[in-house]
Amino acid sequence: MYPLIDTALIRLLLWAFLLLALLGLGVTAMRYWRRKLADQHSLVDRINALLPQTQCGACGFEGCLPYARAIANGQAINQCPPGGDGTIIRLGNLLNELPRTLNPAHGVVVEPRVAFIREDECIGCTKCIRACPVDAILGGPKLMHTVIARECTGCDLCVEPCPVDCIEMRPLGPDHSPRWVLPNSGSGTRTSLEVTR
Amino acid sequence: MSKLAHPVRGRRVHGIAGGITPAANKAASLRSRIMPCPLAPLYTLPLTQYKSVPLTPAVQAGDYVQKYQRLTTSANPDAAHVHAPTSGRIAAIRNCLIADRVETLAPCIELVPDGADTALGCSPVPDFRKLPTSELFQRIIDAGICGMGGAGFPVAQKLRLAQSADCQLLIINAVECEPFISADHALLRERAADVLLGAEIVQTVCRAARCVIALKRDMHAAISATRSALAHSTVEMLLVDSKYPAGAERQLIEAVTGMQLPAGSLPLEAGILMLNAGTTYACGQAVVTGSPCISRITTLTGSALTTPKNFEALIGTPVTFLLELCGVKQHDHTATVLGGSLLGVELASLAVPSTQTTNCLIAATSADLPQSEPELACIRCGYCADVCPVRLLPQQLHAFARNHAHAQLQDYGLTECIECGACDYVCPSHIPLVQYFRAGKQELRDATRHFEQAESWRTRFQQHQYRLKREKESARERRRPESQPTSAPVSRHSPAFSREQAQNEIAAAVARSKARQQARTNRLLASVPKSSGDPEDSGGVA
Ligand code: SF4
Ligand code: SF4
Ligand code: SF4
Ligand code: SF4
Repeated sequence: MYPLIDTALIRLLLWAFLLLALLGLGVTAMRYWRRKLADQHSLVDRINALLPQTQCGACGFEGCLPYARAIANGQAINQCPPGGDGTIIRLGNLLNELPRTLNPAHGVVVEPRVAFIREDECIGCTKCIRACPVDAILGGPKLMHTVIARECTGCDLCVEPCPVDCIEMRPLGPDHSPRWVLPNSGSGTRTSLEVTR
Repeated sequence: MSKLAHPVRGRRVHGIAGGITPAANKAASLRSRIMPCPLAPLYTLPLTQYKSVPLTPAVQAGDYVQKYQRLTTSANPDAAHVHAPTSGRIAAIRNCLIADRVETLAPCIELVPDGADTALGCSPVPDFRKLPTSELFQRIIDAGICGMGGAGFPVAQKLRLAQSADCQLLIINAVECEPFISADHALLRERAADVLLGAEIVQTVCRAARCVIALKRDMHAAISATRSALAHSTVEMLLVDSKYPAGAERQLIEAVTGMQLPAGSLPLEAGILMLNAGTTYACGQAVVTGSPCISRITTLTGSALTTPKNFEALIGTPVTFLLELCGVKQHDHTATVLGGSLLGVELASLAVPSTQTTNCLIAATSADLPQSEPELACIRCGYCADVCPVRLLPQQLHAFARNHAHAQLQDYGLTECIECGACDYVCPSHIPLVQYFRAGKQELRDATRHFEQAESWRTRFQQHQYRLKREKESARERRRPESQPTSAPVSRHSPAFSREQAQNEIAAAVARSKARQQARTNRLLASVPKSSGDPEDSGGVA
């Protein structure tokens, strides 16, 4: 009589099962890591989308994207002066953190500005071009340089390298169009347009 | 358009979602007939009839113009031109205060009438059906008519769009739901036949299959006048509930057709064109009499006036002049509202002219326009949601607007809010909801703009990083000894350009710039010493 259960068969089945289990575990682990990496990436992207993209480095990082990576790894969210309170609130909403005030160690909120090169003083050293994170300066060696105001983020980085100090930051002209403002509690009027000018 | 399959003339009453029924205040101004307006001492004609269509003046200060004379030119063939409301001399072309939602400075033509009122000849048409459609349309274009319901969009452009779209239904909007305005009511009461004639002309031009004139159920005099005029017309009449804001564009379309327009889509995409009754009348007159649009019916009302009336006000008449015609009780007059009591805005200055969109002026007393009470916390009563004609949740939007929660504002449809103020009107906590919503919309617009700007900066930053990387790589390549033996040109990276040489050049350039700087400072000091605060201005002159 043959035994109903062959030990060799059992062993084979056991090995097969073990191998399959290991394979499954491996695949699951791999998918888990990929997922986590993707999440991390999309988190960084989402954080970066909330940063003002001034690329000024005031946060202590080389630009907005590096700071976004750092925030995703737990860096404080209140280090970006160009973004001000709005950015901190939005970051807090995204990351479920309580908004904080801007960390004064990184600077204060300034109104939007653009760089301006006093052109007759420019010596064409190209130093500002190398400093500009968004290539908003036009010029060449020993030629006059100028700022493309529409592309300038107002990051300030070109001011310091200029050997003849001919770059200044100018505030953007105030917007004179009438704007609606949130009513202050207690002073709302029904029919009149409240505008700030 | 199922409900339109069997429209019942004047019998069935259609409603809107939500809405409020504020006490009507029209009886006072409807007591008299539409009055012609005497000549004012000065007419101010804005050149910005609609923002997107710039007009250039075709006359100069000192020119003599006749009534009906066209005063502007434009590159756009469908622009709504400005015509002289009477004969006289052009006093000036300059920036004047006009009321465009808020008082703003805009270029205007100032006309001083000579009192003779000599008019250019017009060519009347006894029967418009004998004219080809293109001729009808040209006459409407030449009349320079803007939408008189509110936004003031040039009618010619609207009709042009309707011609290219497949327009099925023309709705003439005579639903004056604002409690104080009675201009369209008076117009229909006295000139219903002319309005219907205008409707038929517009229908011919836009090739709409049907034309419906919508009135409010409680406009009794206007309804009976319209009904008797309907006997000679192909236009159908339809009544809507006496609710505010039944006259809003999307709300009226829903009431008439039973169809809700999808969010963000235009009525013309659904084959519907809507024109205000006053606009339709002006179109009719433009074709039949051949005269351009130089007046509109304006309601002058409010408890601070002795005799509220409807005036056929010439475009450009000063607001003060109009108010004086009705006798202002100076002591009681506390505020002047342009537009209705719900949608209008308080005028800070009365030195503005009336325009084609000035449907109503309210000289209010403190009883008409009580001081708004202090805002209290929202008690979540839900009244606001009950009356919202767009079926929004104002209480939620209010909370989101307060907290600058832009994503939620989007999700809860803030952009669909028509700012009708119905929620505002019923709120027991006196919350100025509409103002929250306007501010919220502004924030959304700003956020979009900032986002777009940041996106462009981000892209440029990435491209910059990429460029740096590429340069570094190519530099490494160049440093390799075997590659590129001597063919490379003498650049700053090649050994031929020595360090000292570079430093010397930079030092020389720095010295030159310093000298220029010094020269400029000297020049500045030599010129007016006080103006040295703004150095770059004088720097550019030399
Ligand atoms: S501080 Fe400057 S570089 Fe840092 S996130 Fe803000 S804008 Fe970007
Ligand atoms: S021009 Fe100057 S301030 Fe503007 S982005 Fe470039 S480095 Fe920044
Ligand atoms: S009506 Fe006013 S108090 Fe009531 S839920 Fe709406 S916002 Fe709140
Ligand atoms: S103002 Fe906006 S939210 Fe309020 S009732 Fe009108 S449409 Fe609705």
